[in-house]
Formats: sequence, structure tokens, C-alpha cells
Amino acid sequence: MAGQRRRSRHELRPGAIAIQAAVLAIVLLLGTYLVHNTLVNMARQGIATGFGYLGREAAFEIGETLIPYSPADSYGRALLVGLLNTLQVAIIGIVVSTVLGTLIGIARLSGNWLVRKLAWAYVEILRNVPLLLQLIVWWDLLRVAAPPPRAAWQILPHIFVSNRGLVFPTLIWSPVYLWMGVALMAALAAARIVARGKKRAAALALILPLALFLLAGAPLAWEVPELQGFNFSGGHTLSPELAALLVGLIVYTAAFIAEIVRSGIEGVSRGQSEAAAALGLNRRQALRLVILPQALRIVIPPLIGEYLALTKNSSLAIAIGYPDLTAITYTTLNQTGQAVEAIALMMAIYLALSLATSLIMNWYNARVALVER
Amino acid sequence: MGERVTFSKAFAAALALAAAAQLAAPAAAGTLAAVKGRGYLICGVSTGLAGFSIADQQGRYTGLDVDTCRAVAAAVLGDAGKAKFIPSTAEQRFTLLQSGEIDVLTRNTTWTLARDTGLGLTFAPVTYYDGQGFMVAKKLGVKSAKELNGASICVQPGTTTELNLADYFRTNHLSFKPVVIAQLEEAENAFFSGRCDSYTTDRSGLAGTRAGKAANPDDYLILPEVISKEPLAPAVRHGDDEWFAIVKWTVFALIAAEEKGITSKNVEDMRKSDDPEVKRMLGTTPGLGQQLHLDEAWAYNIVKQVGNYGEIFDRNVGKDSPLKLERGLNALWSQGGLMYAMPFR
Repeated sequence: MAGQRRRSRHELRPGAIAIQAAVLAIVLLLGTYLVHNTLVNMARQGIATGFGYLGREAAFEIGETLIPYSPADSYGRALLVGLLNTLQVAIIGIVVSTVLGTLIGIARLSGNWLVRKLAWAYVEILRNVPLLLQLIVWWDLLRVAAPPPRAAWQILPHIFVSNRGLVFPTLIWSPVYLWMGVALMAALAAARIVARGKKRAAALALILPLALFLLAGAPLAWEVPELQGFNFSGGHTLSPELAALLVGLIVYTAAFIAEIVRSGIEGVSRGQSEAAAALGLNRRQALRLVILPQALRIVIPPLIGEYLALTKNSSLAIAIGYPDLTAITYTTLNQTGQAVEAIALMMAIYLALSLATSLIMNWYNARVALVER
Repeated sequence: MGERVTFSKAFAAALALAAAAQLAAPAAAGTLAAVKGRGYLICGVSTGLAGFSIADQQGRYTGLDVDTCRAVAAAVLGDAGKAKFIPSTAEQRFTLLQSGEIDVLTRNTTWTLARDTGLGLTFAPVTYYDGQGFMVAKKLGVKSAKELNGASICVQPGTTTELNLADYFRTNHLSFKPVVIAQLEEAENAFFSGRCDSYTTDRSGLAGTRAGKAANPDDYLILPEVISKEPLAPAVRHGDDEWFAIVKWTVFALIAAEEKGITSKNVEDMRKSDDPEVKRMLGTTPGLGQQLHLDEAWAYNIVKQVGNYGEIFDRNVGKDSPLKLERGLNALWSQGGLMYAMPFR
């Protein structure tokens, strides 16, 4: 029987295995040689090595942080600040560019000539201009178009636009909010368990947190931005750097996503939309109920690539002064001189981010994939 | 240091090829031989800082740092023109030197302990004693750095400037928002377009930026506070003592020439001077050049082709330049400054 078995494409002859082993050995030896050579050379030149620097005081300030940070904190914490800034950009960027890209992708196939052509122009222009250039243009625009803080535009009460960014009030945290969240979760969980009382549970989800809020004396305090000295203090600032980075990444990535969505929709066989029409569904219903769910399966694998690209492209932030992981790594590298460690660490973090994104999206892909019975 | 040994040992133990790898490591030292063999010197300079290193319309570099580099070329190769310049950002500069892509770093670089020890560099004597300051638009109405509480401040990453800035505001219990931009031009644009209230760097750099990039230099004010010591010095790779001595004594030759009154104009006559130190310096009495492994005319070539320190200062950053900086700390020691050359004997 063994003699008759046909070799599948993935099975290898012994000779091929030997060649592959030899190639692997050469690659490993080369890698080892490079690492060793680097260490020997660094030792000879008296360049410090190791990751001990992560615990030392960073001593530089960071403009935008999601967690408390001061120059007295360590390089490790500074890197964490950079990582969180990168994550913030990646997550907002992925969500918004998906929505925008889907809309434009649908518009590409619109029956309306103008809408179709506008969407086409959008895609062709934005995906063919280098992203770095786009980021710098957005940044310059935001900086030059907006007035200085003392002459800021007040677009809504307590919301200001100036060349320092968009400043808006923030809610001052009260412990009641935590309990309101808990109550909401509990009500929602109850709704899932008690299948019958769905309406009642939904009402509960609304009333319970509200009751808690009123019982606590309706603690609603806002931190309102005010012009103090040169800048606004209080509230939250969306800086021109972050805004330019987000707008640039979203607008650029959306152009690629639009093409993926368009090809996904066109990949659904024509018979499907004809069948939907025959069933009496109008165009919108057909799109929502028949075409898009099937297109989703085609769209997800290439979409993963776009999400990874967006995350990695966010490292261009360094050109426009947004303190992302790359920017903080470079500053750290330069202050400590430990280029090899800093770059290796940065590569490991980007790799981990990319792998995590792939993992989540592949899991989602497996969930929505057509299960053949 | 301990970690390094463990690293190497682990790799050596794990892999049988360690010995072979060591053989292939590039030969240490020998920068002098490398430069002579190549026929030209390679220096790391800034991406364009008026007065220190900036390329003109013809692509010719000028500046105090550039002249330091040209002086080294004159000493080593007998021709100040045989110098090539590689522009680098503040962040790239040390890696360029460590990796051997440049022979000398002459790029307004502050001499600090951490850089002297951890980076595998050695600093030659200081060519410009500077200090960090702040520049603001006059219409802001600020007269002192202490009034900058809450300000947005443009700064370049990977600099001592970035650290001094944080230290200064910490010491004075003030807050600020740094806007950190790697490219010098972008940082300057951000400041002039009003993105930042203030721009901070070495005061000479502020003067250079104001003179070279501001639409109207009179609209900008350099605040009186000097918040740090910034001794700017050329750097070479650690461990090549022969090359270090050459760069070190090139700088001393520039200073000593000014001290002795030797200029690019009178250097020919000074060769006939009766002063024994001048005779030793200019090679009329041979010996010093040989000890540096250079031609006996090394210092003569420097002064003849590049000038003495005072000439270099005046033409690039001093009274004959748009920057119009005072000599201040950079005057000779005999005139109340810090410029002091070791004896030529």
C-alpha cells in the first residue's frame, strides 16, 4: 500500500529534507554570527549592554500621556506611555477607517453617477500619495489654519479650536459612575438569562443606573477648559499632532479598505442580488441582509492586512511630533545609547501587536466563515 | 558590564561557531590609516544649523563645526578640501560614529558623562562653550523663562536640551507641554507657525535659527536665562588613541594659533618667528608632527587653510556673521574666556 501511495504536494522527498535542513542551519549560523559579532564589537568599544536602563529615571517630559507620567518616572514607564499612545491611535484608527472605508466601498458601486465617481476619485488620490506626505500636510493645515490660543474659535460652549488643538470639557470622576456601570451590567446579564422578561430587563437596565445616579445627588461636575496664560488648562486636549495622525491614517487606510469592501461585494455572485430582488427586497434591504453578510467572509482576510498596516504606519507619528512608541524608543535610545536593546524591544512590541491583531481577526474570521454541513 | 559577559558566554557556549565569528570582527583602531588610505575624511554634521554646519546653495558646507572638520583634514591629509560631510539628526549621530560611517563627529554635541562612558565615545577639547536658552515671539510679552508656566515648548528629541528642559521646569515647579520633533526644520517651522510658545535649544542655535529662518528676526526674543552648561565638542570612537590625539591637538592648534597671533594671512611669515613654541608648532623645528604620526607641516596647514580659532569664530558665528554672537566664554583664557590650549612641546 505504501508503494502505491501518491505523494501529496506537502510531502517531501528525503533529499529535499536534507536541503531544507542545510538552509536552516546556514540561516541559524549566520544569525548567530551576527549576534555574536555585534556583542563582541560592542564590548570592545565599551558600549553598555543589557536592559537595566529600563529601570533608570527617564528625565524627559512627554507631551501627551494616557497614564500619569513625570520625568521622575523610569524609561520603562515612558515606553508604556508610548505603547498606550500607539494603541490609542491603532484602535481609534481601525474602527473609524473601517466605517469610513465600508461607506466609500459601497459608494463605489452606487447607482448614482456622481457618488460613484467621487468615491473613485477619493480612492485613487488618497492611496497613491505617500502617507508621510499626507501626514505632514494635515499637520501643517491644522497648525496654520487654526488661530493662536488667545484668539481661539469657540465652536460650542466650552469647546475651543486653536493651533494647540481641540480642547473640550471632561467629566470629573465620581465613584457613583462605577456602581452605575455595575448596575447596567447586572441588568443586561439578567436580560440574557431571563429570556421572557426581555422588555422588563431592558427597562431595568435604564432605570437602575439612573436611580443610583439620582440617589447619589446627581454628581455631575465638569472640568471646563479655561484660557490661562498662553494655553488652555483643564479639560482634555486633542493635540494637532494626534489629530493629524488620526485623520491621515484613517483617510489613507479607508481608501484601501474601500477597495477591499468593493471587491468583496462584487465577489458575491450576481444571482444572490437577483434572488433578493425576486423575493421583493429593495436595494438597501438586499445589501444589508443578503450581500454584506456574504461579502464579509471575503473581506476579512485582506482586512487583517490593512489593520496591521495601519498599526505599523502609526510609527510615522515621529515625523509630526506625536509621542508614540517609536518616538519614545528613539529618545530613549539616544539618551541611553543602547540602540540594539531599544530597537529589539520596539520590534518585539510591534510584532506582538501585529500577532495579537491577526489572532483576534482570525478568530473572528473563523466565526463568520461559512460552515459547510 | 556583568550582563554583557553573561550574554557573550551564553552565546559562545550555545554555539560552536563562536571562535570563527571572532576572527571576522573588523580590526580595531586604525582610523588614521583608514583616512589616509581613503584619501578623504568623513565628518558627521547637523542637518543645517546656521553658524555651525549648514550647506549653501552650491552644497558647500560652512560653519564652526565644519571648519573644525576641515582643520582635521588639513592636519591629516594636508588639504582642508578633502573632507566629506554626512548630515545626521540628533538621534542618528552617535550610531553613525559607533558604526564607523564617520571618522569624527563635529555636530554641536554636548559633552556629558553618560555620553563619555556609555556610548563608546571620547570627546576632544570643547570648540564652543554654549548654554541652553529659550526663544519666544516678542508679541507674547514674556520677559523671563520663569513666566513660561503652562507653555507649549518645541524641542528636538535625543538631545541634552530635552533633559535640561524637563529638569529646569521640575526645579522651578512649573509645568509645560513638550512638542518633540525630530527634524530641525520641522521643529523650527512648528515654532514660527505658532504651534509652540517657545523654542528651546543652545543659545547659539537659537541665534542661528533666528538669523537664518525667521521671517523677521526682530520679532523674536532670546530670554536671558541660561539653564545649562553645553560644552560642544568633537567626538571620536573610544579606544583609538592615535586618532583621538590628532583630533585633540588639532583643536589645541587652532586655539594656540590665536594665542600666538598666527593667522591664515601671516602664517608664512610666522614660520620665521623667533618664538621657539611657534617654531615647534609650525614645524620649523621638527618633531611634534612625527609624534602625532603626521606631517611636520600639520599645524601650518591648519592655520594656512582654515585659520585660527578666532578667525573661525568671527566668520561663522561672531562679528562677521549674521549671528553676531559675542566671544563671551569662548574668548581666550588670557582675555577672560575658557579657550586654553595645552603647551606645544
